[in-house]
Amino acid sequence: MAASLAPTRWADLDRLLLRPGNLVGPGFEPGPELLESLQNDLRVLVIGAGGLGCELLKDLALSGFGHIDVIDMDTIDVSNLNRQFLFRMQDVGKPKAEVAAERVMQRVKGVTVVPHFCRIEEKDVSFYQDFHIIVLGLDSLEARSYINSVVCGFLEYEEDGSPDQSTIKPLVDGGTEGFKGHARVIFPGITPCFHCSLWLFPPQITFPLCTLAETPRSPAHCIEYAHLIQWGQDRQGESFDADNPEHMKWIYDQAVKRGEQFNISGITYSLTQGVVKNIVPAIASTNAIVAATCALETLKIATMCSTGMEVYMQYTGTEGIYMRTVPHDKDPNCIMCSPGVPVEVDTTCTLQKFIDQLLKDSRFKLKLSKPSVSYHGDNLYMQAPPVLEEMTRPNLELSLLTLMDGKTSGVLNINDRRLTGVLRVRVTFKEGLDSVDMDTAGGG
Amino acid sequence: MAQRNNKYDRQLRIWGEHGQTALETARVCVLNCGPTGSEALKNLVLGGIGSFTIVDASKVSAADLGNNYLVDWESLGQSKAKSVCALLQELNESVGAKFVEESPEALLESNPAFFAQFTLVIATQMTEAPLLKLEEICRQQKVMLVIARSYGLAGLVRISVTEHDIIESKPDNKVEDLRLHKPWPELQSYVDEFDIDTQDHNIHKHIPFAILLIKIAEDWKKSHDGKLPANVRLFKEAITARRRVEEDEDNYNEALKSAYIVLFPPSISSQLRAVLEDKASDVDASSSDFWIMVSALKQFMANEGQGEPPLDGAIPDMHSFTDYYIKLQKIYQARAEADVTAVEGHVARILKQIGRESSPIPRSTIKLFCKNARNLRVLRCKMLSDEFSSRSGPELQRLLAVEESSHPALYVLLRAVDHFAATYNRFPGVFDGEMEEDVSRLKSLAVGLLNDMGGGGASLPEDVVSEICRFGAGEIHCVASIVGGIASQECIKLLTRQFTPIQGTFIYNAMSATSLVLNV
Repeated sequence: MAASLAPTRWADLDRLLLRPGNLVGPGFEPGPELLESLQNDLRVLVIGAGGLGCELLKDLALSGFGHIDVIDMDTIDVSNLNRQFLFRMQDVGKPKAEVAAERVMQRVKGVTVVPHFCRIEEKDVSFYQDFHIIVLGLDSLEARSYINSVVCGFLEYEEDGSPDQSTIKPLVDGGTEGFKGHARVIFPGITPCFHCSLWLFPPQITFPLCTLAETPRSPAHCIEYAHLIQWGQDRQGESFDADNPEHMKWIYDQAVKRGEQFNISGITYSLTQGVVKNIVPAIASTNAIVAATCALETLKIATMCSTGMEVYMQYTGTEGIYMRTVPHDKDPNCIMCSPGVPVEVDTTCTLQKFIDQLLKDSRFKLKLSKPSVSYHGDNLYMQAPPVLEEMTRPNLELSLLTLMDGKTSGVLNINDRRLTGVLRVRVTFKEGLDSVDMDTAGGG
Repeated sequence: MAQRNNKYDRQLRIWGEHGQTALETARVCVLNCGPTGSEALKNLVLGGIGSFTIVDASKVSAADLGNNYLVDWESLGQSKAKSVCALLQELNESVGAKFVEESPEALLESNPAFFAQFTLVIATQMTEAPLLKLEEICRQQKVMLVIARSYGLAGLVRISVTEHDIIESKPDNKVEDLRLHKPWPELQSYVDEFDIDTQDHNIHKHIPFAILLIKIAEDWKKSHDGKLPANVRLFKEAITARRRVEEDEDNYNEALKSAYIVLFPPSISSQLRAVLEDKASDVDASSSDFWIMVSALKQFMANEGQGEPPLDGAIPDMHSFTDYYIKLQKIYQARAEADVTAVEGHVARILKQIGRESSPIPRSTIKLFCKNARNLRVLRCKMLSDEFSSRSGPELQRLLAVEESSHPALYVLLRAVDHFAATYNRFPGVFDGEMEEDVSRLKSLAVGLLNDMGGGGASLPEDVVSEICRFGAGEIHCVASIVGGIASQECIKLLTRQFTPIQGTFIYNAMSATSLVLNV
């Protein structure tokens, strides 16, 4: 054991882990067992080995965590080197996860970092189940949403509507842009999940195609015209690759020509790259601050050695420094983390009609294609395999109210190949909905 | 050069080539290279400062291996400054790396002139007495000073500079200065070319919103004794009356969204007002270029500007035909250039008055100044010696009573631990056996400190006092990474002269992940 090699190695951390305190988390029990469990038992997954990921691996290893996995599909680029301190010029082109894992293990003796050089969707959902805490160092909303749906899929509720504690998989998330960033802690079912507060992420700026084609006014308009319209016209059949310098140069040259034609100046190669690749400015200090905030919260979740932060921390470093936490509310009807999305159903509704109603419901648009339905662990209708489909098919013509034991409301679990996890639907039966609702409830 | 630009691409997009050049010429000194100092330096080395020098007398111990990433097992027992220096050098070969194996406290006594070679000094994990000495030296030698302290789950960052002038403060919410409320002749004559009631629908929906707003405001004034609408609602109604709903006109949507700027054009901000009223703007031969330009700005505003600073010349995108927009853009740019020329004239006259004709200020500098004139900032830091001796007790007393957060208490306690160390020759809570005694010792020192400052009677929350003792002066890696990260960020702002640094004492509470800047 590394700890026994150097008994005073964790002296600073031990202040927090061995001593009782007054401002600590619920159930905090100081003692050497805490460090032992950090070193031996707890497994943490870091998603992303970029600006935040590199910092996170260092921070977690130096917070006593002994078993860390890291997953990233990217390879190292020269432009990473101003902040991703685990990488060197000679590493350019190598997988980030592998280089990062090796460097941290070399420096921090006793820690095991297992790299996964792949996309997050390539891993089976059960892969994520094996970790106690998942820490996100990502730059895309899509990837965050995916992981959110995975952990919300693990969540189960008790009969009384309270979340089953053993199914809560904590997520810690960080994000940065220039001098700004955020850190947040998500306990699915207890604190708001990503889907509850999607509004926190600003919408992406896109230009109307008619502006690009007919009335360009800015350098970005010229660049996007070359990128989105001209490439397809002039280089048919070739797919555009933003990492191919010849492709980027072509876009730049075309944009400059278009700029000359429309009297628009200020088109540079750097701006072309920025617009086409949607580059977000990034610096070492913000990444360090946000990642360490996330790692410290991870340590608090694992040991309860201090009070946790409120839901969401906002960081702004442009004018002085603002670091404040904001308590957001959960969306009680969230399709990801709520005990059940409310759906009103007519008392005479059959299971088949109910499934049709779900497919028309705008809240589940693009999320459902062939839903299977279960109630309290019983399969009411299964789309596959064929044997089960055949067995449950007769239920389709039965009244849903009967299938749900005549109760006036209850939660159904919906599974669908388009869903990462399960969709919980809280059905409430109402009389006389049928005629009015079938058109409106479905809606757009 | 190409590789350098690629390497720094993501930060060049923030502070530009000139910001990067400022970093690359900076010489930074870090005092003590525990995790706080090492992490601060790590971020600066990655960003590409010119050179750094580490001053630290200690050897790498086992505890360093548990909280500092910039030491390795091979250097156990060897100079910490040397180990950190070597591992930092690996991060960026273009940065000059040096170390001095001596304690900062000893160096302050033996060789104060040592500090004159640096642009900026970062003092980490130092106590009050040596900091006072260091500040005196730095002020004398015109070296910028950034103080950083990580203490268990608490932290502090403080800047000490005599004066820091910022042209490019780059505020988050930049105000659009379009002068729609008083168009100048060139803009007015362009506006006059438009018939905004044209029956050509395609033209109607491609007139830039700035033109629409000037026209509609003009028409309103004609029928209302030369007065503008009394409120935004009335103005918006007038705008809505001219739009053709069936055409779904984006230019009118933009006009409605920006209607308020005609009635409420940007005012002179309190920060700019403070710069204009600053005594330093009464310039003489010893004045800096910045203050000469401020003086010229005042003359411009009193004359050509008619109360307004120079136009920055930038306009937002507007839904419009390309040629309408480009023409409008050129009119704004021409006006901005004319304003620069006027300010340049004032600068030349001032330089002549103070006998500095021989060293003029380049037009590019004046242009940058004019473009950012609305957002000028001047930062002057109180001396630590004033802060430590000031009668700021009543303000602290008020904060301790009002503030729900524990930041003011942490501020008092972070100062009290230094008094504790001065009294007992160790920090509170370093021995398990004396925790209870240390809590009451620390508390009475903190209360005494408050009394001395004139804030007697203020109460300190018990649980925060005991937590500070629990920390036992431990340097937790994550806290050091945050405090060091913030210190490095402030260094970048100071060195590039961009963005606005902290004005006061920054207190970080890692228990709640919150912070507060105290002005005491």
